[in-house]
Amino acid sequence: MADISIPKPTTGLLTTDALAGPRSRARKEGAVKWILFSAALVSIAISVLIVLSLINEARVFILEVDWANTWGQQGWFPRQGLYDMPTLLVSSLIVTVVAMFVAGPLGLGAAVYLSEYASRRTRSLLKPILEILAGVPSVVLGFFALFFISPQVIERIGRNGWLVVGAIMIIVYVGMVFRWARQAMVAEPGTTLRTQLIRILTLTTLVALGLILIWWINDVAGSSDPASADFFTVKRSGQLAAAAVGVGILTIPLVASVSEDALAAVPEELRAASAGLGARKMTTTVQVVLPAAVSGIVAAFIIGISRALGETMVVFMAGGAADAARFTASPFDGGLTMTAGMASLATGTDNVVGEGLTFQSLYFVGLVLFIITLALNVMAGRYVSRVREKY
Amino acid sequence: MVNTKPSDEEILKGLGVLDDEEQSDSGPDVAFSVDRGPSDEPLPEEVSDEDLVFDASELSVFYGDFRAVRDVNLRVRRNEITALIGPSGCGKSTVLRSFNRMNDLIPSARVAGSLLYRGVDLYDPRVDPVEVRRRVGMVFQKPNPFPKSVYDNVAYGPRVAGRKKGLDDVVENSLKKAALWDEVKDRLQDSAIGLSGGQQQRLSIARAIAVDPEVLLMDEPCSALDPIATARIEELMAEIKSEYTIMIVTHNMQQAARVSDRTAFFSVELDESNDRRTGVLVEYTTTEKLFSNPDDERTENYITGRFG
Repeated sequence: MADISIPKPTTGLLTTDALAGPRSRARKEGAVKWILFSAALVSIAISVLIVLSLINEARVFILEVDWANTWGQQGWFPRQGLYDMPTLLVSSLIVTVVAMFVAGPLGLGAAVYLSEYASRRTRSLLKPILEILAGVPSVVLGFFALFFISPQVIERIGRNGWLVVGAIMIIVYVGMVFRWARQAMVAEPGTTLRTQLIRILTLTTLVALGLILIWWINDVAGSSDPASADFFTVKRSGQLAAAAVGVGILTIPLVASVSEDALAAVPEELRAASAGLGARKMTTTVQVVLPAAVSGIVAAFIIGISRALGETMVVFMAGGAADAARFTASPFDGGLTMTAGMASLATGTDNVVGEGLTFQSLYFVGLVLFIITLALNVMAGRYVSRVREKY
Repeated sequence: MVNTKPSDEEILKGLGVLDDEEQSDSGPDVAFSVDRGPSDEPLPEEVSDEDLVFDASELSVFYGDFRAVRDVNLRVRRNEITALIGPSGCGKSTVLRSFNRMNDLIPSARVAGSLLYRGVDLYDPRVDPVEVRRRVGMVFQKPNPFPKSVYDNVAYGPRVAGRKKGLDDVVENSLKKAALWDEVKDRLQDSAIGLSGGQQQRLSIARAIAVDPEVLLMDEPCSALDPIATARIEELMAEIKSEYTIMIVTHNMQQAARVSDRTAFFSVELDESNDRRTGVLVEYTTTEKLFSNPDDERTENYITGRFG
């Protein structure tokens, strides 16, 4: 090996020039930094401008609207100057809650299976399938919700399902009260008569409220459409519950993915420690892994709620109302969520015309939605960073 | 879904089977003097069935088609402390893990040969690893308390075993045996994550003791601890030895010499044909003999610091 480089003096003092490096390198580094910085800046600027335009138009609505028309009216009729917010808020709430009843258990279940139980082979097979579900266009699910979930699932099972839910609640209630009473009688450590009584009273209140809610949904706020009371009559139009199930299906992959990340962040040592103490896999999962990942799972649910709240296409197509809607608190009626209300205002042949503030009401609803979603995302972020702190 | 399932290697690392880097215990500086006090009789080589806890013969452990350790013959006696020493990658942790079937947690792991626990083949298909682990407890390299209260950590094992009454006593006794009671008795309901490293490791020991096992396997229990905490754990081992059979893996030869009755020295064989390393048991005898007059040249090279 011939060494052709000129040997550098290895002793003695150096000049700064010897360590200064080529100037072009420093220039290139500087240019790259500025290009990347402006990319970041432009995206932030666009977001800020969007929010500003939202606030600007919403401001007009807030200043000029007759507030009596925004609360306690018959429904959301923006073209007639009736902007009843509870109509949209309650519909959004119904859709979100029902969607999370679908996406929560299924998403978390899928995450636990993938993270704790599946072999690597099964996992490599199932995970892409779940990811495909995340890629289903929401218009497809809207169609599916309208033409399958609504007539086949909700209309046939849904209404009677409330009775099943009520029955399950009562059974669980009796079981828990029995168990707590027994614990108090054998004076199990950590349980006193007082704690048990508080537990029983709390559960009683919750169950009572739940049963009242079911009764109310069924009878008082129930659908005014007499045909839909008949089990065998299949309604062709959409309804909030059907749209909500569709939204739930869309939300499953998100909940599963974020929960799975949280479960995967639980150190392997904790599982080993639990197994080493003679715990079965199920026990380890329920007693150690899930509690350790709880903040991440809560974050997954919040992100899921935020996603369900913001979903537009499915509720617009299958929600069972277009343009305007009467107030309803029943999942089995058609209704307009905030997103669907905005979408229907901004579409149609006449675009947005109507009474003076119709156009601005769209921005106002958008602002409300933005604030709620932002708050949820900030909350989720807090929980996620808690997971990171712990390990 | 960003996270991928941990690879086998990551699982092994998580379980401490593969070391990220060589960690050596920093115990109090004592040369290899084996001082068991004037009253100790020389340890007998023969062992009765009554006192034989583990009997491994021709035991090999594989990860996939990789043979991590081969042909181990090891008899572990009741109420003794058996130390497993050797250089990194010699399979001593792997062997320890096969004694309570912790290797079952790694999907690709399997064993060959026979391993009897009090006469029962531990790898008989009818044997439930959960049942084995309730009798053969384990303390790990890194202190790994659950993110629960001190009380719930210790009560965890008895609870999963279905015990409901008298947990307060179990918790107190276990913490006392682990020499931790006085430090935590006023904060039993505080999170165990807030304890110091040494306290966490003693909590891990208390947690293992609470299940009332017959054997305690300790996988480098002091490698993450400072000398003072290490000394406490060693004292503790000497104290509880009369009730348990203890096996300890350690990188620290002084520690093995200080605490153990018998020592097994493992080494690594390099297979030139496929460049793979397999652990072998080189020598297994009383600690006194192993450190003063070993039979095998490899043992002598290792304990005198010429290798490993």
